[in-house]
Amino acid sequence: MSIIQILFYLLSGLAVFAALMVLLSKNPVHSVLWLIVVFFAISGHYIMLNAQFLAIVNLIVYAGAIMVLFLFVIMLMNLNSSAEPGKHIWMKLAGVVAGGCFLIMLVSLASQAPEMTNKTVQMKEGNVGLIKELGKVLFSDFVLPFELTSALFLSAMVGAVVLGKKDSAQ
Amino acid sequence: MPINYYIYFCLALFSIGVVGVLTRRNAIIIFMCIELMLNAVNLLLVAFSKMHHGAAAAGATVPSTVGADGQIFVFFIMVVAAAEVSVGLAIIVMMYRNIHSVDVNFLNRLKN
Repeated sequence: MSIIQILFYLLSGLAVFAALMVLLSKNPVHSVLWLIVVFFAISGHYIMLNAQFLAIVNLIVYAGAIMVLFLFVIMLMNLNSSAEPGKHIWMKLAGVVAGGCFLIMLVSLASQAPEMTNKTVQMKEGNVGLIKELGKVLFSDFVLPFELTSALFLSAMVGAVVLGKKDSAQ
Repeated sequence: MPINYYIYFCLALFSIGVVGVLTRRNAIIIFMCIELMLNAVNLLLVAFSKMHHGAAAAGATVPSTVGADGQIFVFFIMVVAAAEVSVGLAIIVMMYRNIHSVDVNFLNRLKN
């Protein structure tokens, strides 16, 4: 068993455990912290796949910016002692059964697909994930979507400000 | 690493996100589960990108950029997720200001 496989199982187990803890913890702040653990594990996967740019962007954007935004909102609302009224147990059971059926269906589909048999993923080599290669592709083939992104961010910023503003009319 | 391992792992993460959306009632937790699903899809996209890159680089002598568009796609998904989170959290803050709760069951009708 090589070091790559050991790291794969370790990071996958950590990610699945942390994702389950996101669901199971009562306190929303704990959920946010477990979600950060998931993001770190996924960034570890990116590094193992030699997708260095995405690993760093994942850490900065998700674990850095988005999760801080979540924590900020939770602390703004003072939801620390969340009194979430328990959903009916049968509803929870139905949700878990539905999700489990979804998982079983997709796993059986993926395990039977002839396109996926005997295909391997290139680990720790291949320069497609480096900033140099991605930058060349991003600024040659994907210039238009990249520029449209700025318009998207501008509209998102305006939308957030308009929604978050106190309604002075009432 | 066989691609199947990555598929199963990402499907497990995605299904955990689906179960979270179905079972929890806190709007913020539901939102975090959506982020979890987005990340599972991102990881699978990167794995497929490396799968194609490895297959193309096996026979080629010059370095190829096969599979780079998959990673660019992941980059754009992250961009859209950042914009989505900012607007979504603003909506949740507005909802908390109006009904003093983040329980989605209070939002079961459009009026009032």
